[in-house]
Amino acid sequence: MGGTRASFAAALANLPDYLGQHVLLSLSALLLGLAISLPLGIIAARSRALRGPVLGFASMIQTIPSLALLALFYPVLLVLSVFAQSTFGAGFRALGFLPALLALTLYSMLPVLRNTVSAITGIDPAVIMAARAVGMTKRQTLFLVELPLAAPVIMAGIRTAAVWVIGTATLSTPVGQTSLGNYIFTGLQTENWIFVLFGCVAAALLTMVVDRLLALAEQSFSEHSFAKLIACLVGLALVVGASLAPMLASGRADVVVGVKNFSEQYILGSLIERHLAEAGFSTVRRDNLGSAVVFRALTANDVNVYIDYSGTIWTNEMKRTGNPGRKVMLREIRKWLKDNYGVADLGAVGFENAYAFAMRRDRAEALGIRTIADLAAHASQLKLGTDYEFPSRPEWRAVSKAYHFDFAVKRQYQPNFMYRAVETGDVDVISAFSSDGRIAQYDLVVLGDPKGALPPYDAIILVSPSQAHDEKLLKALEPLVGAIDLETMQKANLMVDRSTNKRTPRDAAIWLDRQISTGH
Amino acid sequence: MIELQGISKQFGPEGPPAIDGLDLAIAAGEVMVLIGESGSGKTTTLNLINRLAEPSAGTIRIDGQDATTADPVTLRRHMGYVFQGVGLFPHMTVGENVAITPRLLGWDKPRIAARVTELLALVRLPVEQYRDRYPAELSGGQRQRIGLARALAAEPHIMLMDEPFGALDPLTRDDLATDFLQIHRELKLTTVLVTHDMTEAFMLGNRVAVMRDGKIAQIGTPQDLAANPADDFVRTLIETPRRRARELAAIMQAGPA
Repeated sequence: MGGTRASFAAALANLPDYLGQHVLLSLSALLLGLAISLPLGIIAARSRALRGPVLGFASMIQTIPSLALLALFYPVLLVLSVFAQSTFGAGFRALGFLPALLALTLYSMLPVLRNTVSAITGIDPAVIMAARAVGMTKRQTLFLVELPLAAPVIMAGIRTAAVWVIGTATLSTPVGQTSLGNYIFTGLQTENWIFVLFGCVAAALLTMVVDRLLALAEQSFSEHSFAKLIACLVGLALVVGASLAPMLASGRADVVVGVKNFSEQYILGSLIERHLAEAGFSTVRRDNLGSAVVFRALTANDVNVYIDYSGTIWTNEMKRTGNPGRKVMLREIRKWLKDNYGVADLGAVGFENAYAFAMRRDRAEALGIRTIADLAAHASQLKLGTDYEFPSRPEWRAVSKAYHFDFAVKRQYQPNFMYRAVETGDVDVISAFSSDGRIAQYDLVVLGDPKGALPPYDAIILVSPSQAHDEKLLKALEPLVGAIDLETMQKANLMVDRSTNKRTPRDAAIWLDRQISTGH
Repeated sequence: MIELQGISKQFGPEGPPAIDGLDLAIAAGEVMVLIGESGSGKTTTLNLINRLAEPSAGTIRIDGQDATTADPVTLRRHMGYVFQGVGLFPHMTVGENVAITPRLLGWDKPRIAARVTELLALVRLPVEQYRDRYPAELSGGQRQRIGLARALAAEPHIMLMDEPFGALDPLTRDDLATDFLQIHRELKLTTVLVTHDMTEAFMLGNRVAVMRDGKIAQIGTPQDLAANPADDFVRTLIETPRRRARELAAIMQAGPA
């Protein structure tokens, strides 16, 4: 299987970046977590009144699903950043490293706090009495007696925290922080199981190595072995050094390319990167971002370039209803983006990726369904499959208001599983994407929208306010305007999404680039 | 010279005081034994002297200086304290345990090393063999000897001892008690020793203070106490070793059953 080898090679090529970012994030979160929870644990061990609330708070944090905790920090930081911008004239990046760091820091606290408190309170009172009697001050008692005696237990807590943090850091990909989770999220989207496995194995190996090294430190404390402590420190320094070296050597990127969480976006992200690289820009990707997150990030200059879809901006950001037609809509969007955010809209790429209701041809013909209006008549007996975003988007409200349908069952899927579900008959109708190659592959029919409830979704290239006047950048992206028609995009998407002879998004982007330059 | 005058100690707002108007003067060079039942205030009295506990009322003077206004940490560094439960630091070697107070006092390394060697010899544990071991690797008697060495490390002239030989087997106990008396004389120490064993009290003490309900029921030399017990309580208490000796003699005479 040539595909397997190509996937593996692609995964390996990303390893220095993903691993470096993962290690940097985990290490920072652990160190920050330790800097907070170690002193807090010591204070809580001394004060009975503080102990309950402190441990209770840390336990509560632990009950929040880790993905939700990561997701929550983005809006919180965004508000803070806007506040800082208006008050001090300087904001900060609310996307990426910072939300991931804060969430993981909170996540690392409980094991360290709990072990510090129980280790210190568990010390034989006779030993503490002896420390006072030989003439130690409180501070000397802490550093010469309590902490050394508590060290093995505290170290065990640090080990647990390290394992949790390194594992959970894989979930920081959706808030725009690159990590080993990029393999997993991207692999899941494109059904590239090599990527998923690669990400799992890499994260597991990293966790195991760090856990074994910290176990050495734990033993060194309980066995009074100085050599083991040295071995642990040298080992950790090697792991961190080897992971961070390539990243430090590469320096800072000029342009951040934003990418949403489906195959077409991965391909277009690679395509944009190719064109920017050709023009001499260094780039970094922020993959698997949600629609609202990536737009917010663009306006805040956390992302510099990405491709969005006109209907998404129209309904979700401009809060508009109604459908004035493609041309008018594109014109109004461009003006609105410029006036409100200073975002540059370079223009339409050429194809449309619209929300569309799609059914298996045989099923649609059997029921005599050709339009969404026909669908509404049968909806009470049908099962609907959608992606995660659609049911909470204004388009869904608009379309269900226009046609008054009420489905028997509604299920949400990752986009690729959604197509599987309609193919196998688990659901009858799905909210498909019109540029998806699988519509043709699975022989699905797209239902007509006689009331025009769904707006057009032209792919448009957006550039952040900070780069909106960067002529060199705009010139590098210009060849993409009007360059890709629907059929070509469908073919590129299918290369990535099909189940046999799969290609990586990067390969599809190379193919797409060739189509553009030959003017197909 | 240690003087306690009108000392009271109340733990918590309710209940009877642990120490109730205690007066006690300990002469330089003597071994003062505090004896009494559990809860009679012996250990509290000991802890008041190096301010591990603070008195609710009264004054404590050491060599004429008011101890209640001195810095407690400095005070403790100049007194030896030997615990019932030994209280060695489990994460430190024997050498490090013995060296702790000199280290806190900032002695230089050669002086500390010399002192450790000297003290281990004094408590009859060969330095090469024991200095680098951890407390967990020692027997109870050896640990108690290390505890004694640690208390003596900073050359104190006052020793406070809380049932120092209580947890040991009888042979080790007699052995160590004899060694201690010799050290006490050699180093011209002033010692306050708490015990609940009357035999030990009589054998070690120059004077014995019988304590009851936070007060001194009677104080005097073993001979004074034996000859003129102040009341029935003291009489019963000092009768115990005699009674046991008679019972033992009776068993011995009767021969094997």
